[in-house]
Amino acid sequence: MSRDAAGKIRAVIVDDEELARQVLREYLSAHREVEIAAECANGFEAVKVVSETSPDLILLDIQMPKLDGFEVLELIGAGPAVVFVTAFDDYAIRAFEVHAVDYLLKPVSSERFEAAFARVKERLSGKSPAVKIPVAELAAAARPPAQYLDRIPVRDGARVFIIPVSKLDYVEAQDDYVALASEGKKHLKQQTIANLEAALDPARFLRIHRSYIVNLDRVAKVEPYGKESHVATLSGGVQLPVSRAGYARLRAFLDR
Amino acid sequence: MHPILGQFRRLALYLLAWTPIAALLALLLHMPGALGWRDVIALAVPLSLIYAFVCLSAYYSCRATALETSGLVRLLLTHLTAALVATWIWLGVARLLEVELAATPMFAGLDQRVASATPLLFGTGILLYLLSVAFYYVLLALEASREAESRALRASILARDAELRALKAQVNPHFLFNSLNSISALTASDAPKAREMCILLGDFLRRTLGLGEKAVIPFEEEMSLIHAFLAVEKIRFGARLRMQEEIEAETLALDIPPLLLQPLVENAVAHGVANLVEGGAIRLEAHSRHGQLLIVVENSYDPDAPVRRRSGVGLANVRQRLDARYGNRAAFNVAAGGGIFRVSITVPAEKEARPA
Repeated sequence: MSRDAAGKIRAVIVDDEELARQVLREYLSAHREVEIAAECANGFEAVKVVSETSPDLILLDIQMPKLDGFEVLELIGAGPAVVFVTAFDDYAIRAFEVHAVDYLLKPVSSERFEAAFARVKERLSGKSPAVKIPVAELAAAARPPAQYLDRIPVRDGARVFIIPVSKLDYVEAQDDYVALASEGKKHLKQQTIANLEAALDPARFLRIHRSYIVNLDRVAKVEPYGKESHVATLSGGVQLPVSRAGYARLRAFLDR
Repeated sequence: MHPILGQFRRLALYLLAWTPIAALLALLLHMPGALGWRDVIALAVPLSLIYAFVCLSAYYSCRATALETSGLVRLLLTHLTAALVATWIWLGVARLLEVELAATPMFAGLDQRVASATPLLFGTGILLYLLSVAFYYVLLALEASREAESRALRASILARDAELRALKAQVNPHFLFNSLNSISALTASDAPKAREMCILLGDFLRRTLGLGEKAVIPFEEEMSLIHAFLAVEKIRFGARLRMQEEIEAETLALDIPPLLLQPLVENAVAHGVANLVEGGAIRLEAHSRHGQLLIVVENSYDPDAPVRRRSGVGLANVRQRLDARYGNRAAFNVAAGGGIFRVSITVPAEKEARPA
């Protein structure tokens, strides 16, 4: 995703405060090659706009209504260069772990902004290539330790769904994706099942099969199925295979 | 735990204190003339030793009938009954001892000779027991005052602690950074507005200075601090931040600990309004009823927003400060539901005499 034919850098500003957007707009206006594609006041809007306009640069606040900056990044995937702009200095390490180009602290000085912008141009010109690791993996890796997910943002085209983990029935692996089953619907997300498993609270979610994680609250019964394996029936009637190792884990959990 | 039995040193001292009592008892027994020195010593020493232990029991009856709360009749009845029982036991033991001694050739006929001393022993027994009761009441009073002292000390340490934490928290650095960022934006687009915001921010900061040293301030002063704070936030959030107030005029003169509500209002902005795309309202309410001041801070919030780390700190801080100052005379309640977060505080409606 490089610059378009006219050599413009298309930027999106995401911040819930108008005045904060205004400073960034002012700083960007000094660069003729920059075109401000959109401004967004919350995370939902940001995901929608980014997927519609595929900008080159996102200036991204962290604490916002609906979705925070990291969740936005997780949903839009690798591509645009991201510069975080926030009043909080405690997310800096996390920001670089998700390969943000820079991390600016409010109030932002123009010198600091210019330095960040120079790095952005470097990244866009390919001198420091964007990393190809799926951003969802990185965002998950950057989660603060000892803190499990309490909600999972999912994108379907330009629409964003938030699935609270309490409403997640089970997860099914599908190649590079996971299908999240919640309230009778399945939502696809680009993430590996192992990665998601690590992010979910092990006291509430259990990997019962190579391809399945189940919400333990939903398990109605577990019965033998064939010689080696078992089958779990969820409260909604869905049946999931339980592998031998999965059954051992399930037993260990129930015996506790 | 018994104050004397519990420690070996104290028990030794206590028994030592009974030595003159034993001597006195021997003297009393000798005076009528029927008993020789050898007889009275053989009786007084073991009897005193035994009674020293019997009298230890007075502690429990003293503790059970507190001097302040029990009526005179109950006090007399309890301790006289206990004294009679203790003396009766003592006399019984004395009788056994006399008979045992009389069986030996050295003290032959002791039980006959001692018969006349029984009323004397009875009187001494009652008196010594009542003296022990008095002794334990003094001890309990000392203990209570020491306890009260240390509780007062603990409360004041807690209050100081809370004050320090409040001072540190009074200006949330992120509030300051975000406000400065807003000012920096306004300098280019609307210089008069930037100046206004500088002045509002300065006003807020000045009002917070020195507040931590005061134990209480008039509610009115806290409200003007909150107004200064909200005026700054209003520039940041614009139409997203809406305010409603329902403050009874007579509440304004009442006392509250300084910076009690400010952290709650700050939370209401940071964890409520700031998380809502369309913004929301903060509602402040204050009434005084039946000698109580009731304050409510309410804000809209997004129930789906993830819980942020600092949200519980402010609430715990306010709760602790109320506890330290008012104990069980204050109430603190948090309720969330239907998109509304509500903190209600009840404190005694007090007014310190101040120079007008």
